[in-house]
Amino acid sequence: MRRFSKQLCVVFAFVICAGLMASSVNAAPESRGKAFTTGSFDPMVDFINKQIRQGWEDNEVEPSPVASDEEWLRRVHLDIVGQIPSAQTVEKFVKDGDSAKRSKVIDQLLDNPAYVQNFTNVWTNLLIGRRTPRRVSRNGMQKFLREAFAKNRPWDEVVQDLVTAEGHFEENGAVNYLLAQMQNNDEAVQVTAATTRLFLGIQVQCTQCHNHPFNDWKQNQFWEYNSFFRQMRRINHRKTDPKTGRQIDDYSEVVATGFNGPVYYEKRSGLMQVAYPIFEDVKVDAEAGVERRKEFSKLIVQGEKPLIASAIVNRMWGYFIGYGFTRPVDDMGPHNPASHPELLNKMAEELVKKKYDLKQLARWICNSEAYNLTSQFGRKNEIDSPERGETPLFSHMYVKNMSAEQLYDSLIVATGAHKSGQSNWERAETQRRQWMGQFMLAFDNDSGDDSTTFNGTIPQALMMMNGELTKNAISAEKGSYLNQLLLEKGNDQAKIRKMFLSTLNRFPDRREIISAQKLIGASQNKLVAYQDLYWALLNSNEFVFNH
Amino acid sequence: MTILNPYGMTRRHFMNHVAGAATAIPTMHFLSHLEANATQVKKQQKACILIWMAGGPPSIDIWDLKPGSKNGGEFKPISTKGDMQISEHMPKTAQVMDNLSLIRSMSTREADHARGTYYMHSAYVPNPTVVHPTFGSVVSYELGSRRKELDIPSFISIGGSRGSAGFLGMSHSPFVVSSNGTIQNAEVNMAEQQRLGQRLDMLQVLESGFIKSKRGESANSHKDIYKKAVNLMTSKQMEAFKVDQEPAALKEAYGTGNFGQGLLLARRLVEVGVPFIEVSASVGSWDLHQGVFDSLKNQNLPQLDMGISALVADLKQRAMLDDVTIVCMGEFGRTPRINQNVGRDHWAASWTAMVGGGGLKNGQAVGKTDSDGIGIEGKSYLPGDLWATVSHSLGIPLDIVHTSKRGRPMKLANGGTPIKELIG
Repeated sequence: MRRFSKQLCVVFAFVICAGLMASSVNAAPESRGKAFTTGSFDPMVDFINKQIRQGWEDNEVEPSPVASDEEWLRRVHLDIVGQIPSAQTVEKFVKDGDSAKRSKVIDQLLDNPAYVQNFTNVWTNLLIGRRTPRRVSRNGMQKFLREAFAKNRPWDEVVQDLVTAEGHFEENGAVNYLLAQMQNNDEAVQVTAATTRLFLGIQVQCTQCHNHPFNDWKQNQFWEYNSFFRQMRRINHRKTDPKTGRQIDDYSEVVATGFNGPVYYEKRSGLMQVAYPIFEDVKVDAEAGVERRKEFSKLIVQGEKPLIASAIVNRMWGYFIGYGFTRPVDDMGPHNPASHPELLNKMAEELVKKKYDLKQLARWICNSEAYNLTSQFGRKNEIDSPERGETPLFSHMYVKNMSAEQLYDSLIVATGAHKSGQSNWERAETQRRQWMGQFMLAFDNDSGDDSTTFNGTIPQALMMMNGELTKNAISAEKGSYLNQLLLEKGNDQAKIRKMFLSTLNRFPDRREIISAQKLIGASQNKLVAYQDLYWALLNSNEFVFNH
Repeated sequence: MTILNPYGMTRRHFMNHVAGAATAIPTMHFLSHLEANATQVKKQQKACILIWMAGGPPSIDIWDLKPGSKNGGEFKPISTKGDMQISEHMPKTAQVMDNLSLIRSMSTREADHARGTYYMHSAYVPNPTVVHPTFGSVVSYELGSRRKELDIPSFISIGGSRGSAGFLGMSHSPFVVSSNGTIQNAEVNMAEQQRLGQRLDMLQVLESGFIKSKRGESANSHKDIYKKAVNLMTSKQMEAFKVDQEPAALKEAYGTGNFGQGLLLARRLVEVGVPFIEVSASVGSWDLHQGVFDSLKNQNLPQLDMGISALVADLKQRAMLDDVTIVCMGEFGRTPRINQNVGRDHWAASWTAMVGGGGLKNGQAVGKTDSDGIGIEGKSYLPGDLWATVSHSLGIPLDIVHTSKRGRPMKLANGGTPIKELIG
């Protein structure tokens, strides 16, 4: 594994230093006698564990210990169902003595309706962006995706539907993906760039204008892909607003056009070139009558390990663990070798055999040892720091940002706002959209490219500190979370523990209990002190990170 | 009063705000501090105010009139204190044109709203591989990060946000406030202000615990953002947002609408050291596909005229004009030809942008269009040239190269050249 050699040197240097001062070093994490398991039985999980362990050995790092039940349960909830677990869920899980409880929770969560909602959110943002472009139906897009995730449709079919979509943007929600990429009248340049990046995991957009500087891709490749997407156009329908009599937006649709022949593009030298529809050396008939997007959708699923399979494996691994096998996850190719190529290939092959079953893919990842480690690292694996640019070794979990959706839904869980008073679904949904809108404005970032670098803004911090939602969350009115907590039996310490469990999903340590007790003791009004404690919990780094 | 233990390094700001702690500073020390800073402060006051005319202004009816041409329209040109004529509906501005200049040969190729907005703000055309920073973010990155005494964000957008910081990172994105200076969620009542101290104490316990548990750099970044947010909430510089405190006469001179008050707010922000402020010229739509002359005459231009002339006079009176560069433009101009609805459509081939102040050689019109306003005679300019000129005024070296996340080098202002006639 040549690419690790640089880190290897670092390791040697480190080992020598560590040896010299060994006496003062804390005890190493308890080495695990037997192999780790969540209780699942799946040879693929064993294969993943073996491959990842190989990387640790080759680089002489020791993995972090397995995450506590509390830490792991919070993570797996956020990743699969998009929200933190409730205090009761954590307590129940911690007490559960079943040695297969982790693998059982994974299965339960994948069957939870919130799984469908969470992955619908994730893919809506990827396919049409966080801010809906004009004349694109977010509802239509979400309806299509909800159905796909609820039925656990094979991923290859979902992609085929998206790239071949035609019709009304609410009747066939899949067209919204294309409509969102057809904002500029740009000869399907954006569609080409997005499709290859999102579904094939390759970035050919640089080659729109020139040969790729770092790899073998030539300019013609971009235009060859592009020529598959030229037989369509969008129609924006308008209608008269009965109230004002003015013309307003009605629906949009994607329709097929009769484009045939090659496409033409300009080389930097000014020379005009032609490009035919070619995918991985297979040339499609460029004459009239051939539906090129259909041909494309057939070509991308051919072979034992098509790009579409590697792309989704890499993206899902990155989604769950924070870093994929390449960085970014959607820029694969010879210029950007994967950290664990054998593992990536094998997972892609197996996924094809499992008919692109995304739940199965999630199961493999969540049951793996790497996914079950704590995010705390120690001296024996601190070189495993992809945020400093090192190749990820997956010897500890990486801290991820919550998405805006996850943060909102977690705030709701933490404060029981869904239970108290807010029985009106429509009103709750309106509030949710308002909050998201404001948070997005404060966020001002569409692509959300790196999920592990914290890129919060001052307006977001202000919103968390002083916003309406936080005010409601710490309200002590009748029926509120705090009101109920204070009415419950138990001393201050029990209540403090409960508050930690509802927000950080773990019990407080001694230092935290003492600080909280001091806060409550010093206050003339206990209620105010509890509110301030809850405010601090909701505003803490630990709350807003998925770790 | 409760003893507040604010959050880490914010103690100073916090105390200043809550207790008026200035009295605690020994006078001598205070004075020498002030003196030592005087030259420094003056040097640091350089700033740019971008007046953004969203929709695309018909510059042929404002800055580059064509009397005698079939494209000329209804308005007549008038003489100014500068060496050029402008629209008769800009009489007040005409009196300060010796402090402003026109670039009459902008040629910018993008005639779509979104693409033009992107291009004019960043000097780069949209490209699917990268998000280029809007120029306010560039200035924030170059100047704002060095102004340590600045508690408030260094790129403020009044009345709306356009563009993003792109690869320069979130901390340089536009910070949006409304024209009356309201920052969402920043103002808390006195009772909450009193509690902030103990809340932050508890937060400190939680945050430091998580940071010490060794989970990477994100935990620290979160703490830094909160530090900045608390600084903002408790800073004396927040006073700058209270545009209401200005004398009534001045408020009226700027115009009491959103645009006028936004410009006045911009001046207050420059005074506390904010290096880039974008003000939305929200004086009615600029996207005048129909009824262009009525709209301009009755709505847009009177307000624009008041705002610009008041800003120039105010900055001059405060001896700030040489340090503050003013830019006024939209995403493109509008067609010289007048359409059947007495409107003008999108036109990027030949139009005028206004620049001024900033120690430039003002009072002149650079570049020239032909008698029908369609072709350019002589040299034409790109957005990069305009921003390079602004960079020159702000003292940002032109050879700076930023690097995108993918390692692609990006020249400042897309490698534009400062306009020779303006920098003298």
